[in-house]
Amino acid sequence: MSVTREEVAKIASLARIKMGDEELDRMVPELNNILDWVEQLGEVDTSGVEPMTAVIPNSLRLRDDVVDAIPETSGGRREDVLANAPAAEHGFFGVPKVIE
Amino acid sequence: MTDFTQLGVKDIRDGVAGGDFTAREVAESFNAAVAAAAELNAFIVTTPDHALAAADATDAKRAKGEDLGKMGGVPIGMKDLFATKGVQTTAASHILEGFKPEYESTVSQNLWDAGAGMLGKLNLDQFAMGSSNETSYFGNVSSPWKKDGTNAAMSPGGSSGGSSSAVAARIAPAATGTDTGGSIRQPAAFTGICGIKPTYGRCSRWGVVAFASSLDQAGPMARSVEDCAIMLEAMAGFDPKDATSLQMDVPNWEAALSADLKGKKVGIPKEYRMDGTDQAILDSWEQGKAMLRDAGAEIVDVSLPHTKYALPAYYIIAPAEASSNLARYDGVRYGLRDLPDGAGLQDMYAATRAAGFGDEVKRRVLIGTYVLSAGFYDAYYTQAQKIRTLVAQDFEKAFAECDVILAPTTPTASFPLGSLNEDPLTMYLNDVFAVPASLAGLPAMSVPAMVNSDGLPLGLQLVGKPFDEQGVLNAGLAIQQRAGFEAQPEKWW
Repeated sequence: MSVTREEVAKIASLARIKMGDEELDRMVPELNNILDWVEQLGEVDTSGVEPMTAVIPNSLRLRDDVVDAIPETSGGRREDVLANAPAAEHGFFGVPKVIE
Repeated sequence: MTDFTQLGVKDIRDGVAGGDFTAREVAESFNAAVAAAAELNAFIVTTPDHALAAADATDAKRAKGEDLGKMGGVPIGMKDLFATKGVQTTAASHILEGFKPEYESTVSQNLWDAGAGMLGKLNLDQFAMGSSNETSYFGNVSSPWKKDGTNAAMSPGGSSGGSSSAVAARIAPAATGTDTGGSIRQPAAFTGICGIKPTYGRCSRWGVVAFASSLDQAGPMARSVEDCAIMLEAMAGFDPKDATSLQMDVPNWEAALSADLKGKKVGIPKEYRMDGTDQAILDSWEQGKAMLRDAGAEIVDVSLPHTKYALPAYYIIAPAEASSNLARYDGVRYGLRDLPDGAGLQDMYAATRAAGFGDEVKRRVLIGTYVLSAGFYDAYYTQAQKIRTLVAQDFEKAFAECDVILAPTTPTASFPLGSLNEDPLTMYLNDVFAVPASLAGLPAMSVPAMVNSDGLPLGLQLVGKPFDEQGVLNAGLAIQQRAGFEAQPEKWW
């Protein structure tokens, strides 16, 4: 399977990466080379094989049902959360206007 | 006077504990060596004050007769993929330039708690995507090694290339690395040092910038097997903040080190004998077998029939996870924001990510987006995950017949920077021997075996059963003792 220039432009738009004409021209053959190469996976008979979900068997734990059990991942840290925001205003993340 | 920069983790720890020298003297020596090695471009930022403060704390503890910890007095380099509180953490990307985390990664915190200090944040391939350290926004890292008779800058491997370069150049006694598909082992092999990726889940991923979460695993890079054992003990451990963290005690790997392999079986996978592998690599593999036999092990042939499919499967799974993980870089919460005049939210996302990601990152995000998209998901992603199951089953069957597997780490020695840039695929092939163990989550290590006819180091890889880091380290130690690898790059920086 190979991808066309239009398809790459569509994928880039889905991935929210702006791409100019020149970059698309470069990307199309590179992606097709990689996709041609992974095509060989089709040779493998995988009928009856379960796709891997966990590489090391591990059951999901439940944490203790208490508030702020782990301080680093708990609430009350608004300033820390906003500290690296490119545009924090009034205690919120600032974004361009989304409603006309 | 001792040249402290020639000392490794164990020697520094024991020397400080024994009062032969102070941690401050050691930290000052390495800080000076780091400052004098800017040409390697191994560090993105240096943190001499962090190293000195940790050293002073260790010296103060010693004066009071307190325990100095597993890494007491050892200054290390920190791959710039680990979040370090108040210290810029970039993943070598423009999109995270200037990002100063408000928290510390579990692995780095564990190291500081064990008495280590930080020399600085080490350069890497951008978001750990690369095998040569040429995708960093902050410039290529050079290996301290040169091909005999040439002056071309050589690749330190990747993605942990700042780590490998710094440790090989002796500007850090050890460094953290992360390994998603070979990013500890391949750079270790390229630079004549040791590096171990433990079983998936041994080291917490909390605070490690995510690339492919089902594969990412931290580990130590140092100049000896003993040093790796010590540092891995300090890094590993259960962390409730990582859902895939192993709820197991950390063994005392250092204390149990033994190069006596009597009664052990070492498997030689026939599928690793691939076209395009250097003759010198094949020779070193033969020597490795002889060394392990000499250590008392029995050499047996094993088969890993799906080996050739591991790399293409990896290049579906890793980009798929990356495309999802990297969706967080949106110009809203942290990092770069590119807001063209009059742009709306969607335009801002697209412009920010276009400006903030390098070519290789974009390539992988696009591949990942494509293989996860409606209509292609089963053909690509599900098929790759099924093949991942088959690769893991291959290892399971092989480990019914052997205790540890010996293979080359890489198909070639290091290459000059810029020589493999033409085609992303040739670069990917560097990790052909490293990726299968990653897909199966197994502990795997590279140890230096010899230098080739160009004077460049070659590494041998040991792959173990799940949770059997000890078996890997022990076989590595047997090779280390017999290979007698003493070569050092000649200082040019």
